[in-house]
Amino acid sequence: MGSWRLYAAVAAGGFRRYATYRAATFAGVFTNTVFGVILVYTYLALWDEKPHLGGYDQAQAVTYVWLGQCLYSTLAIQGGGAEKDVIERIRTGEIAVDLYRPADLQLWWLASDLGRSLFQLLGRGVIPFAFGALFFPMALPTDVTSWAALFVALLLAMVVSFGIRYLAALSVFWLMDGMGIMQAVMITGVFCSGIVFPLNAFPGVLGDIVRALPWSAQLQVPADVLMGETDPLGAYAFQATWAVVLLGSGRLLQSAATRRVVVQGG
Amino acid sequence: MAETSRLTEGVRAYWLIARMWVRSAMTYRTSFVVTMCGNLLMTGLDFVGILLMFSQVDSLGGWGLPEIAFLYGLSVTAFGIADLVLGSMDVLGSRIRDGSFDILLVRPAPVLAQIGADRFAVRRLGRITQGAVVLVWALASVDVDWSAAKVLLVPVMVISGAAIFCAVFVAGAAFQIFAQDASEVQNAFTYGGTTLLQYPPTVFGKDLVRGVTFVLPLAFVNWVPASYVLGRPYPLDLPQWAAFAPPLVAVACGALAGLAWRAGLGSYRSTGS
Repeated sequence: MGSWRLYAAVAAGGFRRYATYRAATFAGVFTNTVFGVILVYTYLALWDEKPHLGGYDQAQAVTYVWLGQCLYSTLAIQGGGAEKDVIERIRTGEIAVDLYRPADLQLWWLASDLGRSLFQLLGRGVIPFAFGALFFPMALPTDVTSWAALFVALLLAMVVSFGIRYLAALSVFWLMDGMGIMQAVMITGVFCSGIVFPLNAFPGVLGDIVRALPWSAQLQVPADVLMGETDPLGAYAFQATWAVVLLGSGRLLQSAATRRVVVQGG
Repeated sequence: MAETSRLTEGVRAYWLIARMWVRSAMTYRTSFVVTMCGNLLMTGLDFVGILLMFSQVDSLGGWGLPEIAFLYGLSVTAFGIADLVLGSMDVLGSRIRDGSFDILLVRPAPVLAQIGADRFAVRRLGRITQGAVVLVWALASVDVDWSAAKVLLVPVMVISGAAIFCAVFVAGAAFQIFAQDASEVQNAFTYGGTTLLQYPPTVFGKDLVRGVTFVLPLAFVNWVPASYVLGRPYPLDLPQWAAFAPPLVAVACGALAGLAWRAGLGSYRSTGS
């Protein structure tokens, strides 16, 4: 019970840390809204040309765009969450201090990143989404259960997102420099999460591949849960499987890496 | 005369600082090559997105793939040049917050040149390369009856477009002096602007097109002159000569951005840190 309180405090710290940057939050809301408007128009032109692309109608395509803008910084799709701190701490060696803490390294950073995600969802996500709903036709459910289903899918998406970025950060134990890996996180995140183009509209085999990868748990799956395009339980199973695989690999990699730290420290 | 010497002084300072950053980047050659490739890939994702769209449809807003590639190539190349020259402007906010902006003010070189060349990154050639490749492909594939005026207009568009984006960067930097923590607002206009211009004007609502023609004249980077080259109807039924206005628009934008920058510097109060 005591450790549960510790991680809740860490998460609250992550939340508060991002809440201090008020001007940056407003600026982010503005930018996400502008990009949302540009994307909505291109998607409308696209769905005008080919109605029911990817099984969505126009209102669903619009909803997809605004959910994407809402989740962009929430899920750190381009990177820039806890993994940034982890990389910096590995690079400077401060990670050794973290290992002395009476807390689990992975859970500590997961809690901190979840706090950040929750703030970004409330601080940066809700307003662009509401703006979209106000000015463009969207396919939003009216029953509470669909929204509750979305919330669960979002929590799982946050864990999957953290799992990917934490794995990437741990690689710095071997690479020593985070520049390349952060770029890789950015490129795969932007392309495979469906922020550039909905994964269900990807052509052929490429579509099958990207929809099976963990990145699809971040935007495609929550969008489908919200709009009732998929069975929530199946969606959760998909997300949870990836969460377990990613966190499990993170754990293995972490124990291999921390053994290395001990050797390095002599 | 004083103005000219100030300009040469600025260019000289810019050149010296930029060269220093290039030398430091070249120290780690492999790292440089890797980040350059990453930059190329990252900026190429936008075009991959367009290709994905065209894997499903034959035209977007009535425009075909080569025509959209033409818009894309112009927008990205022009933006890439502006980003290479002044792309570091978004560190201004953090420099003000940590107090290091004050150091630039007391140095005997124009502040704009110093901040513009700050962290000059050769890897940004990645975006220019990528935009230029798409532009060349587009030029080879569009169905255009080339005349001397049309051929000449292409390089004019790239240079004027770069100048217009540079003006947006400078105006954004001036805004950051007021709102120190809000570099993302600038991103909405710079990155948002170049994304907008990658799609034909027919895709967007009338009000939005009006906004980026008369308020923030991004339409002169490619939409208006490209419509002339491709023989498309002009957005908002602008007169024929508007296709040749980009250099004038660029000069006007530059002048306004310069005024905004001076006003920004004049109102600057140090954080004291």
